[in-house]
Amino acid sequence: MRDDPPSSPSRREFLQTTAGTAAAAAIAGSVGGPVVATAGAGVTTADGPRIEGAVPITLRINGKDRKLRVDPRTTLLDCIRETVDLTGTKKGCDHGQCGACTVHVNGRRVNSCLSFAVMHEGEEITTIEGIGGPDSLHPMQAAFVACDGYQCGYCTSGQIMSAVALLKEPCGADDAAVKELMSGNICRCGAYLNIVSAIQQVRRKA
Amino acid sequence: MQVHRPYTLHDALALMAATPTPTPIAGGTDLLVSWHHKPKEKLALLDLSQLGGELAAMRLTADTLELGALTTYWDVIASPEVSRAFPLLAEAARQVGAMQIQTRGTWAGNIGNGSPAADGVPVLMAYDATVVLQSTRGRREVQLDGYYTGYKKTVRLPDELIVAIQIPRRTRKAEWFEKVGARAAQTITKVGVAVVNDEKGWRVVANSVAPYVCRCRNLESALQKGQKFKSPEEIRDILKNDIAPINDMRSTAAYRETVLSRVLFYRLADKA
Ligand SMILES: Cc1cc2nc3c(=O)[nH]c(=O)nc-3n(C[C@H](O)[C@H](O)[C@H](O)COP(=O)(O)OP(=O)(O)OC[C@H]3O[C@@H](n4cnc5c(N)ncnc54)[C@H](O)[C@@H]3O)c2cc1C
Ligand code: FES
Ligand code: FES
Repeated sequence: MRDDPPSSPSRREFLQTTAGTAAAAAIAGSVGGPVVATAGAGVTTADGPRIEGAVPITLRINGKDRKLRVDPRTTLLDCIRETVDLTGTKKGCDHGQCGACTVHVNGRRVNSCLSFAVMHEGEEITTIEGIGGPDSLHPMQAAFVACDGYQCGYCTSGQIMSAVALLKEPCGADDAAVKELMSGNICRCGAYLNIVSAIQQVRRKA
Repeated sequence: MQVHRPYTLHDALALMAATPTPTPIAGGTDLLVSWHHKPKEKLALLDLSQLGGELAAMRLTADTLELGALTTYWDVIASPEVSRAFPLLAEAARQVGAMQIQTRGTWAGNIGNGSPAADGVPVLMAYDATVVLQSTRGRREVQLDGYYTGYKKTVRLPDELIVAIQIPRRTRKAEWFEKVGARAAQTITKVGVAVVNDEKGWRVVANSVAPYVCRCRNLESALQKGQKFKSPEEIRDILKNDIAPINDMRSTAAYRETVLSRVLFYRLADKA
């Protein structure tokens, strides 16, 4: 087991420096005292014990540059969820095996639990929030709804991120090909059949 | 924990020459699985991802395929030319973890991790690959067959980086790869084997049956002499001197030995 689960104070009480209003809203959810906006510089700081060695980085997430301060040990997954507060991306295993944390980096799907946030400066990161929202569903999101491609929903954002990436990958037409390419996304509820239907529905319409 | 992010190979090699030596990280798909257990304060990483230009390229020429150290499994899968020229690379790549691992995991990382269960290493070794190592002291080439000296032990010196993997293009009479795991995808190999017969002869490379991925030289010389096998047991007897399988959480020595000899028997009967 990891010795510092993300819910423990040591992990959450980062000093976070970030720019822009969206980012300011994003950090308000983190713990560690009042959120202080520094006018003029456009910099917002969350108080809290400063983790020694935290480094400033800029990550481009869903088309927006986010100026952040992260402990270099922070995985991309923890950074997206805890620092940027985009909690659509889920943590299942934290070991690369379940796919719940799937995001796109430069258009390719990756497990965000398997790299450090600092390794992604200058790259284009897309999370489920960047794919589509309740009012503007991506066709894949709509197909998951139409086909009932989930039960508890925990694996779903990872499934959808994988499925959207799959559309641009060399993938055979049949269900077996889809299953092979979706094998990195585990669904504990076993919604696999409907997930495959949703993906095939989108591919047929494309 | 420190993360160095050099932008040039020159700077990366200078950092590798410093003390303490940082741990190179490419895709991170091996390192991040165990990083929770490492004393983090002491961990210094050298992130290779910015060396894209110098280390990322794949070069396919008339006589060689060169994989820059940052070449991922996906790069091979997505290249029809490379997949056609070296079908086992694509075949093995598609069986490493799942797609999200294939987009990040590198061939050099697979070699560097040194796992006896590595799936990229058998096909590379069967294709007679060479590992190119570089440090501030210079550049040298080492046969992948000969790279490992023990369990997770290699000839790479602490300040050296793997910069490329070179594979000769040859005419092949037979080539195949078989991975046996608990299921089809996202599984660690219980036993695996890559076989190539080209103008330089037979190479049979097995994984998960010894402290490191190794060639089965006794079986290779039997094949070289044109020996035909009447049963899997006959192959098993020859393999006894080539492999040293163990019982572990994934399988047993007996299973590994039995399955390896059967896979070899039936596939050699097909293709040899
Ligand atoms: C869910 C999951 C499933 C997996 N399934 C498989 C599988 O089926 N088969 C398989 O073989 N592997 C599997 N792996 C392991 C891993 O994905 C591969 O070994 C991959 O090739 C590692 O590459 P990387 O670039 O991610 O390595 P990293 O984690 O970045 O590095 C691995 C090691 O190599 C060293 N290294 C990396 N690059 C260099 C370099 N240029 N010079 C010197 N040293 C270097 C690092 O220091 C480290 O010790 C799996 C991993 C996960 C998480
Ligand atoms: S949380 Fe990343 S793969 Fe499971
Ligand atoms: S819907 Fe529950 S895990 Fe997939």
